[in-house]
Amino acid sequence: MNTTAKTANLAQTNIATIALVFLMGATMVFAAGFAQSATMHESAHDVRHAAGFPCH
Amino acid sequence: MLKKLVAGAVFAGFAAGLIVVLLQFAFVRPLLLEAEQYEAGTLSHFARVGGEEVHDHGSENTAKPANDHVTNDHAHPSQGFELRRDGLTVLFSIFVYAGFGMILMAGFATAESFGHRITPRIGLLWGLAGFAAFHLMPSFGLPIEVPGSAAADLNDRQIWWFGTAVATVVAAWLIGYGTNPMHYGLAVLALAAPHILGAPHPGEYYGPTPPELASLYASRALVTAMIGWSVLGLLAGNFWEKDHAE
Repeated sequence: MNTTAKTANLAQTNIATIALVFLMGATMVFAAGFAQSATMHESAHDVRHAAGFPCH
Repeated sequence: MLKKLVAGAVFAGFAAGLIVVLLQFAFVRPLLLEAEQYEAGTLSHFARVGGEEVHDHGSENTAKPANDHVTNDHAHPSQGFELRRDGLTVLFSIFVYAGFGMILMAGFATAESFGHRITPRIGLLWGLAGFAAFHLMPSFGLPIEVPGSAAADLNDRQIWWFGTAVATVVAAWLIGYGTNPMHYGLAVLALAAPHILGAPHPGEYYGPTPPELASLYASRALVTAMIGWSVLGLLAGNFWEKDHAE
């Protein structure tokens, strides 16, 4: 039972970690590619155009 | 685990982002700057005489109006390195690819939790799938935009782009790790759905940028992204394998 609990616990940690890393990555891509604030748009302008993110 | 995933993503993202930005400066940026001159009206696509467009290419040997098509002094607009603008492009390129790297590493970890082994070669395939999801398949509906091209409402395009990327990721997983015909059928459905639905397009075409320039720009931007994702997948896969061999 102890082993099962440990495994379950480990799996939960893994899922949480994976989700966290995924969310960090998605947030970075969103900020650089999608955020519509004027500053972000201007700063990331050339990257957006080159990556094919919808721009303007 | 968190540290290792993030370290691998940043390492691979840094290298991929740097390669992408170098390719961009060499092959994409000059076209972008030229297109911006059309967007701003500094250059114009057709010779205009008294406000009327002249389409007659047969008369090109005759004297040209002063504001005619690209001449030598306009062909290569300010190509010097602009510290602020290009510095930000370097930073954001690395930043975006580090972000892609984190999504990729999270994908590796998910795959491994399902019992699938990740090697550098598999990583390369993941990279190509990422390229398909984030660049190639969205560009099937929304072409890579050069400055000065007409396009539909930004929100609509962003929503369609996002939906297509997610659907393609799902399809790539089903194709890569599917085990029965139904998985493949679902994959085809996920791949096709956004395109059957259709991307938002402008009602009319009024972009001032020449189509020759726009299509070359789009092709180069796509190939650059493909190289970037290939490097990203290969390096992330390599990092992952080494990390798990220890």
